[in-house]
Amino acid sequence: MNILVLLKQVPDTTEMKIDKEKGTLIREGVPTITNPDDLAGMEVALRLKDQYGAKVTAVTMGPPQAENMLRELYAMGADHAVLLTDRKFSGADTWATSNTLAAYIKQVDFDLIIAGRQAIDGDTAQVGPQTAEKLGLPQISYVDDVLEFSKEKIVVKKALENNYEVLECPLPCVITTLSTIAKPRYMRVMGISHAFEKDVTIKTFDDLNIDPAIIGLKGSPTKVKKTFTKEVHSNSDILNLDGKSSARKVAEILMDMNFIGK
Amino acid sequence: MNRGMNFDLSPKQAMMQKLFREFAINEVEPIAADIDEEERFPEETVRKMSEIGMMGIPFESRYGGGDGDNLSYILAVEELSKVCGTTGVIVSAHTSLACNPIYTYGTEEQRQKYLVPLASGEKLGAFGLTEPNAGTDAAMQQTVAVDEGDHYRINGTKIFITNGGFAEIYVVFAMTDKAKGNRGISAFIMDTNMEGFSIGKTEHKLGIKGSSTTELIFKDVMVPKENLLGPEGKGFTIAMSTLDGGRIGIAAQALGIAQGSLDQAVKYTKERKQFGRPISAFQNTQFTIADLQTKIDAARLLVYRAAFMKDMNRNYSSEAAMAKLFASEVAMEVTTKSIQLHGGYGYTRDYPVERMFRDAKITEIYEGTSEVQKMVIASKILR
Repeated sequence: MNILVLLKQVPDTTEMKIDKEKGTLIREGVPTITNPDDLAGMEVALRLKDQYGAKVTAVTMGPPQAENMLRELYAMGADHAVLLTDRKFSGADTWATSNTLAAYIKQVDFDLIIAGRQAIDGDTAQVGPQTAEKLGLPQISYVDDVLEFSKEKIVVKKALENNYEVLECPLPCVITTLSTIAKPRYMRVMGISHAFEKDVTIKTFDDLNIDPAIIGLKGSPTKVKKTFTKEVHSNSDILNLDGKSSARKVAEILMDMNFIGK
Repeated sequence: MNRGMNFDLSPKQAMMQKLFREFAINEVEPIAADIDEEERFPEETVRKMSEIGMMGIPFESRYGGGDGDNLSYILAVEELSKVCGTTGVIVSAHTSLACNPIYTYGTEEQRQKYLVPLASGEKLGAFGLTEPNAGTDAAMQQTVAVDEGDHYRINGTKIFITNGGFAEIYVVFAMTDKAKGNRGISAFIMDTNMEGFSIGKTEHKLGIKGSSTTELIFKDVMVPKENLLGPEGKGFTIAMSTLDGGRIGIAAQALGIAQGSLDQAVKYTKERKQFGRPISAFQNTQFTIADLQTKIDAARLLVYRAAFMKDMNRNYSSEAAMAKLFASEVAMEVTTKSIQLHGGYGYTRDYPVERMFRDAKITEIYEGTSEVQKMVIASKILR
């Protein structure tokens, strides 16, 4: 079984700096981490490997510095790491990114693709689903648990707002994972000792057989109008009811949220 | 090999440091105050450290180790000790004092039988040299090993044994020939399954209270000949060279305690307001912090240099002594002043600097007191 995990290196900060002209993130000088949802996806892949046996390949598109993240993934237990990097890929929005990822994935064998639900820098939750669409694959987003995995199918728990669904899907397919699905394992000392001896496969524009018009900044239909830090407001409804009707109201709310049965 | 002057960690070492830091913050710091308060040995932490390979960092994987270097091991002790001095010394005593002599002086059979379970973290190790009447004067060993053909019969008592009771494999020193003094001491590998080997009194200490410190009692313990470590009569040399390595570990522990304590003081002085300002805005606070961080950095350079020299297979005995002497005294000064920067709150158990202050003191004493370090350093200069 071949599992591809799509990951992104993201700035480790909530206060991000934006290039006002391009409307994109300024990455220089900001410490980076592996996006938490993606790291959880890697953990899922490694657990499937431990339990069922699989080859786990980490795939990222990013600047050359993303190689360090891939070496950390080797230290966690990934079998192979691929970096899609080219100046022509830079400035990509989710559309152009998924085009690039899909172009690479078309070249390789796989049974399952795991992507993190969304990245903490952009919060779009689009790259995983878009990649699935472009590959013509079935997809299940917001996966909170993997219940079964075999050569033919995967059975997962998909989180809904107040509930979950159990879904079965034939392979190959794409799933996107929530960070709550699995606590990522630590790197291993021995993994680190040998992480720098392993090859990171580098793929550039010339390797991908892709239309230059659909990648990078120029291939990105998204135009950022304005970026700002969102303020959080909490809402609460205050109802003045007597004892009996307030009990009924509470029961209704709990039923709607599926905490109790109807 | 000479890499030239370079103050950067290698990418591999930097990644190790990142792992150890994450582990220390997530797994060790949350229970540090509790294990101190309860004087409880953190067995669960040792299990977790074994899983990721922290119990045998500098040894080859064929011996159960992590294929890392000594500097990486030192980074582990430093990061652990930043949040918990107890956890730092558990790893240091295990790695430097139990694994290392077996790795350095053991036969291939001994390495397979004892180093593999130790370095993989399956078993914990300890070192038995100190006796009631043989502390700094380690040559005054009263534990006796009598050659009885296919085995030695060992009788005696060891005290202040770090990891005692939780360790299953011990490197122990005993007199095989009293008439020869230092040259009559031999080293043995003993395990707790040997009949007549028991754990005596557990010490109640000022600091590193989660670390187990016990007596070892040997009553007619029959130790097979193949458990002699190194040649007969070489025990004193083995003990001293083992302690050279151990000192870098304790120096790293002291360094970690110092940095951890100052980090707490920095955080506190930025939050604490008096006279309408955070106390970090006062020049006295700023100058104190500047002095302390400078001393910590100096200690760090000494500690890393000693580890580097060990990695280069050079003689590092004097450098290890300097690192331990300086780092332990810096740890005492920094923890003392960190409490001062906290004021009255720092004297309470609500803030970790109180524990760090108690943990720091032992670093000036064990694996050779500060005075012993000065003897080692001076003897090299004046020889």
